[in-house]
Amino acid sequence: MTMAIEIAGVSKQYGDLHALKGIDLVIREGEFFGLLGPNGAGKSTLINIIAGLTRATMGSVKVLGHDVVNDYRNARKCLGIVPQELVFDAFFTVREVLRIQSGYFGLGQENNDWIDELMHALKLSDKADTNMRALSGGMKRRVLIAQALVHKPAVVVLDEPTAGVDVELRNLLWTFIRGLHREGHTIVLTTHYLEEAEQLCDRIAILNHGKVVALDTKQGLLNSEICRTILVSIYTVQPVTIIPPEIRDKVRNVESHYIEIEIQKNVDSITDILESLRKAGIDIADMQTTRADLEDVFMEITYKGTT
Amino acid sequence: MNGRGFYTLFYKESLRFYKVALQTIVAPVITTLLYFLVFSHVLEDRITVYDDISYTSFLVPGLVMMSIIQNAFANSSSSIIQSKVSGNIVFMLLAPLSYIEVYLAFVSASIVRGLMVGTGVFIVAVSFVSLPVYNIAVLLLFALLSSAVLGTLGMIAGMWAEKFDQLAGFQNFVILPLSFLSGVFYSIHSLPDFWQNLSHFNPFFYMIDGFRYGFFGVSDINPAVSIIVTAFALMLLSMLTIFMLKRGYKLRG
Repeated sequence: MTMAIEIAGVSKQYGDLHALKGIDLVIREGEFFGLLGPNGAGKSTLINIIAGLTRATMGSVKVLGHDVVNDYRNARKCLGIVPQELVFDAFFTVREVLRIQSGYFGLGQENNDWIDELMHALKLSDKADTNMRALSGGMKRRVLIAQALVHKPAVVVLDEPTAGVDVELRNLLWTFIRGLHREGHTIVLTTHYLEEAEQLCDRIAILNHGKVVALDTKQGLLNSEICRTILVSIYTVQPVTIIPPEIRDKVRNVESHYIEIEIQKNVDSITDILESLRKAGIDIADMQTTRADLEDVFMEITYKGTT
Repeated sequence: MNGRGFYTLFYKESLRFYKVALQTIVAPVITTLLYFLVFSHVLEDRITVYDDISYTSFLVPGLVMMSIIQNAFANSSSSIIQSKVSGNIVFMLLAPLSYIEVYLAFVSASIVRGLMVGTGVFIVAVSFVSLPVYNIAVLLLFALLSSAVLGTLGMIAGMWAEKFDQLAGFQNFVILPLSFLSGVFYSIHSLPDFWQNLSHFNPFFYMIDGFRYGFFGVSDINPAVSIIVTAFALMLLSMLTIFMLKRGYKLRG
């Protein structure tokens, strides 16, 4: 299988600060890949190295087999980057910005139809001849995405694309990006919204202190130790006066009409627990279960230091 | 070679100054003409630099070249620092453009702006004073070489500067004194020996003296020397600029 991005032994040092410490990572063609990590973990530095905006102190990066330093022309043609910051050129209109970016990639008038299509898909058509300065933050974000896609890159890297955007725009962006993925583009996403990563990404790498501390499929991470725990909250009709001995070691909290039980997925049976309570004369008024999600995995890995 | 990429960057750099032509073309033409009107009015009857050439005529080539120099420098330097500070330089850095293509595009746009302002000054000035053209090829050669030198120097300054203040310092403490002390308003033969000798270390002097030769056929030094010095300056600065671009000096982290 062709690799969309191959990162081999990449380190980056700024004086005494080791921003990246020997990253090895392979992103397969057609994947929707999530790159997560707390602030300062090294995500943006890694993306900048992939984009050629920052030089690695050691190691190499290839995009679809093209080295980003030695074969930068071909590597950049394969790559579309949506930067994190809302940067724009205040001299030009939306259409001019997109045509200029297209021209940088060696494309001329033959690409104008695609530019119009992009503006239409991102709901920018009525702003085509508006100066960039006059656009709202959300509109500028859409132009950034259009700029990254103007040369139809096979690999699209989005660095926190939904940071600070409203719900409507976020939904529009995700629908659009899901469409790109369906068309065969490889998508690399960094986000602080872990729910998004959980919904969208096939595979996820978690960076912390310049290292990859977790790399697995989304399901793999969700099946990790922490995710095997399910919290069951039970509200009872009668006050809880007795706890059946067979579930005593699973009980985490008891109040007058409430019991909180922690069970292990695929080990404990909720039905057996409820049956034990019924036999002890406790009728159940309501019940809810809480499973650990990607956010719990992320918190566990990045803040408690386990992998 | 990404020919269209080069052309697009050149077009973008030219469109950038064209969109604010009042500031980038009209204003420098008017400022230079004010110099022309004031200096020619005050000094016309007091100074004779070359026989048979009025001071007002003498002044025009120097002012035209000064405007070319200053505007070629301003174009590349201001574009790069603005793009760096606002962050939109990433769009150029993400593109498959080689260092040579980036260099050529910026310098070409600087030449265009320098020549447009210089032509503007020339056209208005000749409505006040008649000016001979001794050798148009020499004149064009110096205009092209000089604007290329300053466009290149502007790229270096733009890459080096991290804030507008530093660029203004470069402009006010390097470009402005060197252009004012290069013989725009006088012949260096009118200076004391020390200052005359010092002027030979000022590359702008060769640009203006050679350019003036294209109009009058007379100059303070041999125009061939001026061509060599200007071309050598262009070569050295171009090599430095391309090296800086290749290293990503203050552009790529």
